[in-house]
Amino acid sequence: MAKITFDGIEVEVPDGTTILNAARTIGGGIVPPAMCYYTPLKGSGGKCRACLVRVAAGSAKDPRPMPKLVASCVTPVQDGMVVENTTSEQVLNVRKGIVEMLLINHPLDCPVCDQAGECDLQNFAFEHGVSTTRYEEERRTFEKIDIGPLIQLHMTRCILCYRCVYTADQLTEKRVHGVLGRGDAAEIGTYIENIIDNEFSGNVIDVCPVGALTDKTFRFKQRVWFTKPVNAHRDCENPKCCGKVVLWYKGKDVLRITARKDQYGEVKEWICNTCRFDKKETSDWTIEGPAHIDRSSVISANHYELPVLNAQVIADLPESSVRDLEQNPPMRLGN
Amino acid sequence: MGRKLLTEHINVEGIDTFEVYRKHGGYRSVEKAVKTMTPDEVVEEVKKSGLRGRGGAGFPTGLKWSFLAKPEGVPRYLVCNADESEPGTFKDRQLMSKLPHLLIEGMITSSYALGANTSYIYIRGELLYVLRILEKAIAEAYAAGFLGKNILGSGYDLDLYVHPGGGAYICGEETALLESLEGKRGNPRNKPPFPAVQGLYARPTVVNNVESIAAVPVIVNDGGDEYAKIGVGKSTGTKLISACGHLNKPGIYEIELGVPVEEFIYSDEYCGGIWKGRDLKAVVAGGSSVPILPKELILKTAAGENRLMTYESLSDGGFVTGTMLGSGGFIAMDETTCIVRNTWNFSRFYHHESCGQCSPCREGTGWLEKILHRLEHGHGNERDIDVLASVAKQIEGNTICPLGEAAAWPVSAAIRHFRDEFEWHVRYPQEATRPGAVFPGKAVLA
Amino acid sequence: MESTTAPVKPQFSEAAKAEIDRICKQYPEERRKSAMLPVLHIAQAEFGGWVAPEVQDLVAEVLGVKPIEVYEVSTFYTMFNLKPVGKHVLEICRTGPCQLRGSDELTLELERITGAKVGGGPSADGLFTLKEVECLAACGFAPVVQVREKYYEQLDTEASVNAMLSELRTMVHRPALPWEEKGLPNAIANN
Ligand SMILES: Cc1cc2nc3c(=O)[nH]c(=O)nc-3n(C[C@H](O)[C@H](O)[C@H](O)COP(=O)(O)O)c2cc1C
Ligand code: SF4
Ligand code: SF4
Ligand code: FES
Ligand code: FES
Repeated sequence: MAKITFDGIEVEVPDGTTILNAARTIGGGIVPPAMCYYTPLKGSGGKCRACLVRVAAGSAKDPRPMPKLVASCVTPVQDGMVVENTTSEQVLNVRKGIVEMLLINHPLDCPVCDQAGECDLQNFAFEHGVSTTRYEEERRTFEKIDIGPLIQLHMTRCILCYRCVYTADQLTEKRVHGVLGRGDAAEIGTYIENIIDNEFSGNVIDVCPVGALTDKTFRFKQRVWFTKPVNAHRDCENPKCCGKVVLWYKGKDVLRITARKDQYGEVKEWICNTCRFDKKETSDWTIEGPAHIDRSSVISANHYELPVLNAQVIADLPESSVRDLEQNPPMRLGN
Repeated sequence: MGRKLLTEHINVEGIDTFEVYRKHGGYRSVEKAVKTMTPDEVVEEVKKSGLRGRGGAGFPTGLKWSFLAKPEGVPRYLVCNADESEPGTFKDRQLMSKLPHLLIEGMITSSYALGANTSYIYIRGELLYVLRILEKAIAEAYAAGFLGKNILGSGYDLDLYVHPGGGAYICGEETALLESLEGKRGNPRNKPPFPAVQGLYARPTVVNNVESIAAVPVIVNDGGDEYAKIGVGKSTGTKLISACGHLNKPGIYEIELGVPVEEFIYSDEYCGGIWKGRDLKAVVAGGSSVPILPKELILKTAAGENRLMTYESLSDGGFVTGTMLGSGGFIAMDETTCIVRNTWNFSRFYHHESCGQCSPCREGTGWLEKILHRLEHGHGNERDIDVLASVAKQIEGNTICPLGEAAAWPVSAAIRHFRDEFEWHVRYPQEATRPGAVFPGKAVLA
Repeated sequence: MESTTAPVKPQFSEAAKAEIDRICKQYPEERRKSAMLPVLHIAQAEFGGWVAPEVQDLVAEVLGVKPIEVYEVSTFYTMFNLKPVGKHVLEICRTGPCQLRGSDELTLELERITGAKVGGGPSADGLFTLKEVECLAACGFAPVVQVREKYYEQLDTEASVNAMLSELRTMVHRPALPWEEKGLPNAIANN
């Protein structure tokens, strides 16, 4: 076991635990944000740099501070380590910079994006960002493509967290999509074959932190904040599928089905495509009750913060959200 | 004349063949090491020599070797970094193509010291012709009993292979290099774990630059103490400097560390001064990643002392008034050079070479390049210079690998020392973008 | 030029197969994927200077990896041409030290002479593709152009540029690689 101090709070965790997971055992507002790390996916993390923290003392043995901020999601704790997150001005400033970087090439199309309302980037920007951008250059754009009949890839929104790649690698036998190209021209793609066809491929939708991979069977049917999430399960024939899902209702209709996420937005048990795409009748399921969507503040608080105010396209906002918007003007990006 | 420890025989006819190389004392270090020394004794000599990594970071080689994990029954590797892609640097290519056996000898002696039975030379893909030269030389070394099973009857086995890259600067970063050697994209790894514990194929691995490895035979032959006598302070031995840009005699020079920068630029023994009789404007002394310095600061430190070609002297003054020896890629610019153009060029390089894994570098390098492109082409605005400086700062220190810093430093330094020239581009775009335009001096801004 | 689909599945020559076998033995048996880059180089040399999707699939088959693993790599490294190219690909270094010694001017000159554009398709006569690349580790001999495995250096005079171009224009077969028999008719263009 290792004892560490995180933002002044002491916590003891098993050796080898990452700083991020140690912080999660404390919970609450001190937990660093994570845009690429995903506990169930081996090898994930370290890329987005959202979770950078300051190590003020490396360990009891060597109490020197670490020279640079470290990615808390991939850095293991040491006994006696002292970590600063929300207590460090430097960390908070750097994080603002990370938000800015992630947004410079991100399309400002939140109002028309399916993910709006449950987008990690939107939350991240809202909670940690600054409200202006200094970016005057042209944004990178890609054509959106269908990867099979069930999933759509809107690459322009991708933040290259690699989660979908690890998911396909670790959940399916034959990964057909990956990261092509490099630098800021890198993209998620399939090169020539363009069908992701596998019983577990749908999970890439759930792991995607932004609206880059979306459920085609749900697209444009409904804004997410109009839907009501309900936990349900069924006896799935597929031995690798847990059969435990969230049904997203509008009235009596199941609009879409997702795996269950924990408070950090992580799916701990995967579901198969049959459960996700083919069982859209209430009669297919045993209903457990309303799902608690904890951390996605945007949904649970029933308010919707647009990173961009774009009046023409948000005409369909519900009354409550409009009121909310008036009271809490969203941040403005762009000039 | 300084001593030439690596390149003494570089112009000998046929020195690329085993026979001629051997006649000139080649492979003595292998004989000495495997027959008369324990591996630890070899490591000890390298430690005593004070040799510092010649790939750019200048980390003491002996110390690095002593960190190598040695779990029982697990193979470990020595990988030579011959990716040489840092703009301004071309020494390894010269060394390998002209003296292939020197590197091979160094690889054998070093592998013995580390207890590696398989070693690789990772060479940048563009240098396939050098790979052919190395493979031919390796075949000769096998035939002569210096590679393979039971080398010189010592019981020590070593296989040595050359592996080509495919065109990616980032594969010079040691963990990207290892990924690439495993047949993957050159995405640097998060550290820890460090290669010394989990490197190639997750096994303990040492990665060293060509020139570092090539220095090992001399150190083993003459002893670490002898080697350490050359140079100044903690900058021991000789260093290959790749001199390029606006010099009368660009090329590779093996110098004893400690030569004054002024002598290196102007003496006929080295670069022979600035071309076309022009004046020197600035120097990037250690490959494109290190801070650029104006003439006054490259010749003399801020305190007015002569700047020497050593790790310490070049970095005197930190990044405020100093720079780094880096890889020894010495790029000289004459008085007509446009610093904005050059900074944009380097920024384009890093933008092009970022692997794209981490957000500050992936997005930030593109941002820097785009602003600099605008500035250079006469479309800058008042805010640009400050935004540049602050974006560079946002990248620095927050990335997975040092490419982020390498992209940020040249921009920060150019602004630090040549801010007037940037301002000129903003305020007088028409003049600044005229072909062949030369910054007339800060007086125009008054 | 649009990517042409090879009518028949491409196959490595016997010589190339032997070379690939030799290379694969350099890595631990379960690490055959390590041979990815060397095998891609061989593939590009064998199949007309570029790696078509079918060729990449062949590489995947030979290495026993998924095709996507090859695409991920071939698109990361700049040496692999993903579109058909002219007989000779002129890779012009554009980085700082070369720029200081005239690489921008050289590029314009080569565009003018060949009629090809950097980043575009091959010249009308099918002879040349122009490609800008980053530092080739020859900065002291700038400006520099690489064609296949050969470096052409100090191309700052008309004579040196012309010498390079006439050498390439008169070349019928690309130079044989070490594992190929000398004099083997190695077509340079797409075969
Ligand atoms: C972006 C980047 C590029 C690098 N390129 C090279 C290179 O081309 N050659 C090299 O020897 N080291 C290069 N390095 C340094 C290596 O990571 C590593 O420090 C070096 O190979 C260690 O060898 P040494 O201790 O003998 O210098 C690079 C580092 C970075 C971050
Ligand atoms: S598509 Fe989504 S999950 Fe995949 S890399 Fe992009 S942001 Fe991550
Ligand atoms: S700093 Fe740049 S090159 Fe290094 S890992 Fe991050 S994106 Fe890749
Ligand atoms: S969550 Fe740690 S770097 Fe992305
Ligand atoms: S800059 Fe052209 S070879 Fe280095």
